[in-house]
Amino acid sequence: MGYLRDAPDDWLPLRLVDQDGTPLLGAELPPHDTVLAIFRWMVFGRVFDQRMLSLQRQGRIGTIGSIRGQEASAAGLGVAMRGEDWLAGSYRELLTYMVHGVPAETLISLYRGGVPGPFPEGVRALPVQIVIGAQMPQAAGLGLALKLRQERAAVVACCGDGATSEGDFHEGVNFAGAHHLPVVFVVQNNGWAISVPRARQTASATIAQKAFAYGMPAAQVDGNDALAVYEVCREALERARRGDGPSLIEAVTYRLGPHTTSDDPTRYRDETEVKAREAEDPLPRLRRYLEHAGLYEEGLQERLEEEARESMGMAVATAEAMPPVTPEQVFDLTWAAETDGARRERERALLELREVGEL
Amino acid sequence: MKANVVEAVQDAMRIALREDPACLVLGEDVGRNGGVFRATDGLQQEFGEGRVLDTPLAESSIAGVGLGLAAAGMHPICEIQFAGFLYITMNQIGSQVARLRLRTGGSLKAQMVIRAPYGGNVRTPDLHSDSFEAIYAHTPGIKVVLPATAYAAKGLLLAAIEDPDPVLFLEPMRIYRGFREEIPDGHYTVPLGQARVAREGGDVTLVAYGAAVGTALEAADVLATEGIQAEIVDLQTVAPLDAETVLASVRKTGRVVVIHEAARPGGLGAEVAAVIQEGAFYSLEAPIERVTGWATPYPFVQAEGLYVPSAARIAAAARRTLSA
Repeated sequence: MGYLRDAPDDWLPLRLVDQDGTPLLGAELPPHDTVLAIFRWMVFGRVFDQRMLSLQRQGRIGTIGSIRGQEASAAGLGVAMRGEDWLAGSYRELLTYMVHGVPAETLISLYRGGVPGPFPEGVRALPVQIVIGAQMPQAAGLGLALKLRQERAAVVACCGDGATSEGDFHEGVNFAGAHHLPVVFVVQNNGWAISVPRARQTASATIAQKAFAYGMPAAQVDGNDALAVYEVCREALERARRGDGPSLIEAVTYRLGPHTTSDDPTRYRDETEVKAREAEDPLPRLRRYLEHAGLYEEGLQERLEEEARESMGMAVATAEAMPPVTPEQVFDLTWAAETDGARRERERALLELREVGEL
Repeated sequence: MKANVVEAVQDAMRIALREDPACLVLGEDVGRNGGVFRATDGLQQEFGEGRVLDTPLAESSIAGVGLGLAAAGMHPICEIQFAGFLYITMNQIGSQVARLRLRTGGSLKAQMVIRAPYGGNVRTPDLHSDSFEAIYAHTPGIKVVLPATAYAAKGLLLAAIEDPDPVLFLEPMRIYRGFREEIPDGHYTVPLGQARVAREGGDVTLVAYGAAVGTALEAADVLATEGIQAEIVDLQTVAPLDAETVLASVRKTGRVVVIHEAARPGGLGAEVAAVIQEGAFYSLEAPIERVTGWATPYPFVQAEGLYVPSAARIAAAARRTLSA
């Protein structure tokens, strides 16, 4: 007896900057302009989130998921990516999408119930995923294409802790491992899958350790330490671009807001837990680092917030000026090569609408 | 060249791999083993492991990886080993592949083919024998194609590979090696979305597709000995449906039997019957008959010969339309 072994449980999340903004001894930190870029995007993410919630309350957009508290993970990752990399993420990674080049107005249009695209020419991203985990095998497919064409680029596949329970998570990560593909899997473990806590999602001590079963290296990182997220993503992305294969990053963060605007988190989680986590908010933490490093100019955050509000104002105006989706557009976008039978269906549907004056 | 259906399928893939550097084949056992039906036999040897890939045993990822490849500009041909396993791929095909173009405002397209052998009466376990075309025909955004002959198999598969929309290509397992016929050697296509008249006749229209076309032809031979001339419409593409070819035949005959081996409720027979009553109601001389599988799951081997429509059942249904 005594044949069975446990997995190692000596994980310590990577951290480069402390809660109070002090860099850890010997930490190699990104260059100043990179740090400032991450800070600027985090501020933008916070303003975006606030604005989207208020648009939802005014009935100008539909249900939307809050990203508050997860800006460090999203921006650290996004800034580490390059234009030639692909992004396959979900509704919790809207900030990463914007860092990667998807304009805010495109996402606002999506949440207004409009056509979510096209993305600007050259922006390499799959549509914002709604079905949990479905992007994981798709990311493996993108990685396979990059590998076969010998492109020096990587794929980023993002999901949350809940998605790691999905079959598609297993299938996608396993495929990337088996075919040694240039994919970086980034799991934002925000502690909650709607109302189900991380501990009910999996008995694994960490999500990071799941990577070992798929034959790839992993890191667990303090997801509220933007610079640690950036550095670990950079390493994983460079490794993938070099052709050294996939890896998995678990960013441990916290969803400060509700799952979506339709969710009431007081039904399932203690407000004292949220209060405690507010103290670990990644945005003031990075600001404290900037101050510590002498990079913070007086009024910087307020200036960035003002810029973000202005840019969001323009994005909202652009999105709201977009013409509503037409039935013709839906048919146009369904088929690239419409057959006679499909055309017959289109004409019948339009005729029916015209007959009653709905078109 | 002389080819049966599975050889025609293989020839189409060989031509596509040769002519289109973006084309690749992936699936379970498609590489070294050449596929459990030998549909990809020799392709990995000829084109290498980068063009003909063995995947892990996971159908959802085969379809999902296909989407990723297509989004990146490749033209994947994904093999699902048996259509019976297509339920597992439903989210990737129905929610993802079929909607990629719409959900990206046209930025990305899923130029990909998902091939799967379908249908029963080959004495394989029940869960391998399903016909799921109606489920995917109910999922607009993906074309659903079922060849009935070796000629059609090659030409339709090449057309599917070249089509900018995703195509579910269901190959009738029962006639994979049923017969060899002369087909052109090189590249040719049979257009998607078009039915064909497989046999002309003026008394009754038999609408079928896939392996059922052969059974309908047998039934037509029997009916001919009784002086009944059956016209057979082979749908070839069941989604989007080529209504005009069906309606033209019904306007001529006034009598219709729709045949499929898939389960009866919500099957293609219901759709075809609805299209006919919308478009040719006043030409009908008799109620539309359906000869189909039952309203049960696909049964065990000992009963499958009774489940899959036979020539006798088709002929009997045709006679009912004539005596109505």
